[in-house]
Amino acid sequence: MLVTGVSRYLGGKVATALAAHPTAPTVIGTDVVPPHAPVGGARFVRADIRSPAIARLLSEETVDTVVHMNVIATPRSVGGRVPMKEINVIGTMQLLAAMQKVPRVRRLVVKSTSGVYGAGPGDPAIFTEDTAAATPPRTGWAKDCLEVEGYVRGFTRRRPDVAVVLLRFASIVGPGLETPLSRAFALPLVPGLLGHDGRLQFVEEEDAVQAMVAATLGAAGGDGRGVGDGRGARVTGAVNVAGDGVLTTSQAAAMAGRPVLGLPEQLASSASRWLTRLGAAELTFEDLRLLGYGRVLDTTRCREEMGFVPTLTTREAFAAFVQAQRLRGLRPFVDLVAEEVGKAVVDTVGARR
Amino acid sequence: MTTRRDALSLGADRAAAERAHRRGTPLVSPPAEAVAHVAPAAGVDLVDLVAEEAGLRMADAMAVPRRPRPAGRLEVVPDLPADDPQEEEGVENPDHLAELLVEAVEFVRRRLGGDYAVDEFGFDPELTERVLLRLLRPVYQRWFRVELRGADRIPSDRGALLVGNHSGTLAWDALMTQVAVHDSTGGRFLRLLGADLVFATPVVGDVARRMGATLAASSDAERLLSSGELVGVWPEGFKGIGKNYRDRYRLQRFGRGGFVSAAIRTRVPIVPVSIVGAEEIHPMLADVRPLARLTGAPYWPVTPTWPWLGPLGLVPLPSKWLIEFGEPVPTDQLDPSAAEDPMVVFEITDRVREVIQQTLYALLVQRRSVFLG
Repeated sequence: MLVTGVSRYLGGKVATALAAHPTAPTVIGTDVVPPHAPVGGARFVRADIRSPAIARLLSEETVDTVVHMNVIATPRSVGGRVPMKEINVIGTMQLLAAMQKVPRVRRLVVKSTSGVYGAGPGDPAIFTEDTAAATPPRTGWAKDCLEVEGYVRGFTRRRPDVAVVLLRFASIVGPGLETPLSRAFALPLVPGLLGHDGRLQFVEEEDAVQAMVAATLGAAGGDGRGVGDGRGARVTGAVNVAGDGVLTTSQAAAMAGRPVLGLPEQLASSASRWLTRLGAAELTFEDLRLLGYGRVLDTTRCREEMGFVPTLTTREAFAAFVQAQRLRGLRPFVDLVAEEVGKAVVDTVGARR
Repeated sequence: MTTRRDALSLGADRAAAERAHRRGTPLVSPPAEAVAHVAPAAGVDLVDLVAEEAGLRMADAMAVPRRPRPAGRLEVVPDLPADDPQEEEGVENPDHLAELLVEAVEFVRRRLGGDYAVDEFGFDPELTERVLLRLLRPVYQRWFRVELRGADRIPSDRGALLVGNHSGTLAWDALMTQVAVHDSTGGRFLRLLGADLVFATPVVGDVARRMGATLAASSDAERLLSSGELVGVWPEGFKGIGKNYRDRYRLQRFGRGGFVSAAIRTRVPIVPVSIVGAEEIHPMLADVRPLARLTGAPYWPVTPTWPWLGPLGLVPLPSKWLIEFGEPVPTDQLDPSAAEDPMVVFEITDRVREVIQQTLYALLVQRRSVFLG
């Protein structure tokens, strides 16, 4: 099988986990640059998915399964929005075009995002895979994913014999992963929308990796995380993946010991551009709307059809992230004040009796 | 830290001195240790509040800050040691008070730490129960003096759809029904369905979600109903709440009957709710359409007090309210596929609407005076 984008953090982890799976598939990883960290038992082949070389690779290496991880969320890491869009959209088009001509390909698993649902006041509280977005994303990564999903649907029509799975992940957090949202929670003030407190969901990075494995091979492997039981190999279509439960933006910010800076919605669009320009954050307008309005996923399909249950809940995943990144902020101070005030109250009321 | 403490204790001293001066009693100097930690620099005079209201209200006052705030704002804590001994007479049970204060401090700490749960709809039961409903209850009991009828018709252990008439320019009727349902069912929460405009409005939308409201979409409604919740819906929408005073107690069109489909699909009964009194809280004499268009509001009301009295115009008139829960309309004898049958849906919609309209007329006859009841 072929895994794209293995030189990036999650891509590398997925390739490693796939290669370590008990069914021991042959895993070939590709990317434009060699990976920083070794990708376990996977073999690295340098190839750009934007070039026709990928078609040669597919036919020469007898690939039957493609895991597409090369949809990038952070423009800074690839040198800006323009190359990012090119990798995400053009890259996917080239890859799908190449795959279409390879009859041996049987399965395609794509990492997508729940960002394709957008986030807004006109959306229902909970999204199933079939919920139509009231306000589809207009910028950034989420829009790229929406376009990628469009091309994937087109591919599904042209190659109905290929089983296609799109995993729509909630915000992935983890000790080593840097995403626009994880960076936002490390800022001194967490940006948000004034007067709104979105409902957020997180999925821990290792759970995300195992969800990809479950969707590819049917069962989670590795260190036994996740409860994949083989059904994943039969699932097709879009599947939401999120840790159970919900945290609001203000709760998450409080856990990281940071106050929320509420931006008026009218300014949100330009504020997100300024934050990016200053290098402080890479939040898109879409991310700010997520922080303001929130988005919760119905994960019934993931649990029942794919047979995968994330090991960490939303709260646990975020708490693990906060701990790993040592985000403390004002927390110790708040705790100290609360404790001292409590003591003082007990003392004084007791003394007065 | 030292300089900050000095500044704080200076401030506390000054505040204590002012209070002592006001009351004409000698200044009792506060124990230094307590002053160092407890810190109302500007003298937020909650002490008086404690003395007057002894207990419960205190917890409310303490609990109001619910967003994480910069730590500086934590200072809303009374400097108890500084007050004079006379005030103890107002506090009947110091043990009780101490408990409440400690509980309140703990509550604020947990809220500031994000250490509480909201559900997938953003519903925050703790905040609703301990703060929001407590704030609404005096309005319910003292201001509108709500009188309930047929509260035993609300199912106590299963899902139901409560359908009411909407009126009053501001949605006090929804809030009061929520208090009524909570207090007469032993603590069940009414999950309201609201228009997207509600959720687009800063603060309002946020508080609505925290109180358990969600978007009036069939997916959200059915999800709540099938998990056994009580769901409240006002099918007249803005046509009902924003209607002219001369049309009072005349039900508007009941939407497209989406609420009936949701009830049929989830096989829950529909409980008609008739509310008398809400029409008079902000009698709408005119609707300034151009201003409504300009501000994106669904209507721009002119009432006897708004906009003439400024913010005071937002205070509802103290009309006497009657809320009657009608006989539930069952839907479980129907096949769930009937939800797609427009004839069935319209028929039930009309039946519910008719029940509410007739009940409104009956209640109006019983009510002798708008304000005295």
